[in-house]
Amino acid sequence: MPQYLALIYTAYVDWWAPEQAAELAEYRQFAVDNADSIRASAVLHPTSTATVVRVEGTRGGHVVTTDGPYAETKEALTGYYLIEAADLEEAVAITAGLPAAWNGAVEVRPVIAVK
Amino acid sequence: MPPQPRAWLTVTARRKAIDILRRERTRPGKERDGLRMIELARSDLPPDDVVHDDLLRLIFTCCHPTLSPPTRVALALRTLCGLSPAQIAGVLLTTEAATAKRLTRARQKIAAAHIPYRVPPENELADRLPTVCAVIHSLYTAGHAPVDGRTAYDVDACAEAVRLAELLHDLLPDQPMPSAVLALLLLTEGRRPSRLDEQGDVVTLDQQDRGRWDAAVIARGVALLNGSLRRSHRQADAYQLQAAIAAEHARAASYHDTDWTEILRLYDLLVSIAPSHTAGLARVVAATEAADAATGLAMLAELPPNPRWHGVRAELLAREGRYTEAARELAESLDGPATEPERQHRERRREAFLQLAMPSPPDESES
Repeated sequence: MPQYLALIYTAYVDWWAPEQAAELAEYRQFAVDNADSIRASAVLHPTSTATVVRVEGTRGGHVVTTDGPYAETKEALTGYYLIEAADLEEAVAITAGLPAAWNGAVEVRPVIAVK
Repeated sequence: MPPQPRAWLTVTARRKAIDILRRERTRPGKERDGLRMIELARSDLPPDDVVHDDLLRLIFTCCHPTLSPPTRVALALRTLCGLSPAQIAGVLLTTEAATAKRLTRARQKIAAAHIPYRVPPENELADRLPTVCAVIHSLYTAGHAPVDGRTAYDVDACAEAVRLAELLHDLLPDQPMPSAVLALLLLTEGRRPSRLDEQGDVVTLDQQDRGRWDAAVIARGVALLNGSLRRSHRQADAYQLQAAIAAEHARAASYHDTDWTEILRLYDLLVSIAPSHTAGLARVVAATEAADAATGLAMLAELPPNPRWHGVRAELLAREGRYTEAARELAESLDGPATEPERQHRERRREAFLQLAMPSPPDESES
């Protein structure tokens, strides 16, 4: 069955903050409701904890790290679900249940099947 | 070969199938039977119900809501009408390379993301049909009222849109929306011959020779609209309202006999359920005819300006004898994109208004 990565884009959010508890509970409920379709998932710490890694020149070059996100945007990647669905319509129907779908956006990307 | 080879790989076969469906419908009974016999003898053609289902699946896949609107139009023209990327580029006012890239990406997405190749179930049809109808309608609009280009309209694009509308109505005869779209297209198409004179110059509705309108096409449009309204329990959608407006124009013996109050009422409804700049401008014209130019000018002030807006404002100002301002509005309107015949029409109007403004009475109305 085809797999889709549902990338969650929302405004800056610290999922550990107590005021996020209610929304986080909605995500947990989503995971319970769609347990049969979800193959993997992750909730990410806020973008302020991110580190961008670059290697100068080519492989083996000097490793340069930068604090913070790659680019400042209104909406950032804050989590993902790996979903299995019969087709894009089913994948869209499932991801429409994610709170990010009305609080931000969910990008649904088909995963290349590795034989 | 993509992982799931689909119908667009057999474009020619589909086109043939569409042609057969079309011929079947237009041929008189006896001839139709004869044709069926000949075609039954051919083993390479799938049975009618297979063609029917396959075409519907193809339509719903091409017009899938997860594809962008211009991509849906391009896919429909490629797979359902068999147009080449160069021809599609002409309709969509883009380049052949851009169209080819768009088609390739669309096919990649359909295959990689598994956009299903199926007809939506009955309970989802209400959600999905508007997307399909919008593809047909925007194709017709691109042909009938292009924003730019050498000609006033693209006859081929109009014909392809009508062909698709006929096909969708044939495939889903009980659905009110496809029959309303077909009605709208026919009621507009039936009046197209009078939009240009022998020299290819634009003729405005008030000057058109209504004798050149195609009465048979218009009558069919009216019948389709009535059927559509009956099936939707008179809860009119945007296509039905636009078709009703077109029918109202079509049944008027002359511009002055037009029931502008009724047309304004229909535009009020249209703007309330499907606001658009084009409908807004047409509503201003209807209000002007139903009341006066001052009413129209007040309504116009509520809409954002664009070249067509300036064109309408020029005509309203001229009605009030404000020719200098009218000519200035047309100059503004000529700054934006327009088809070549439309541009020439505006130039002629501007010259006429400048002439009328010329004597410039020293002590009249100007302060």
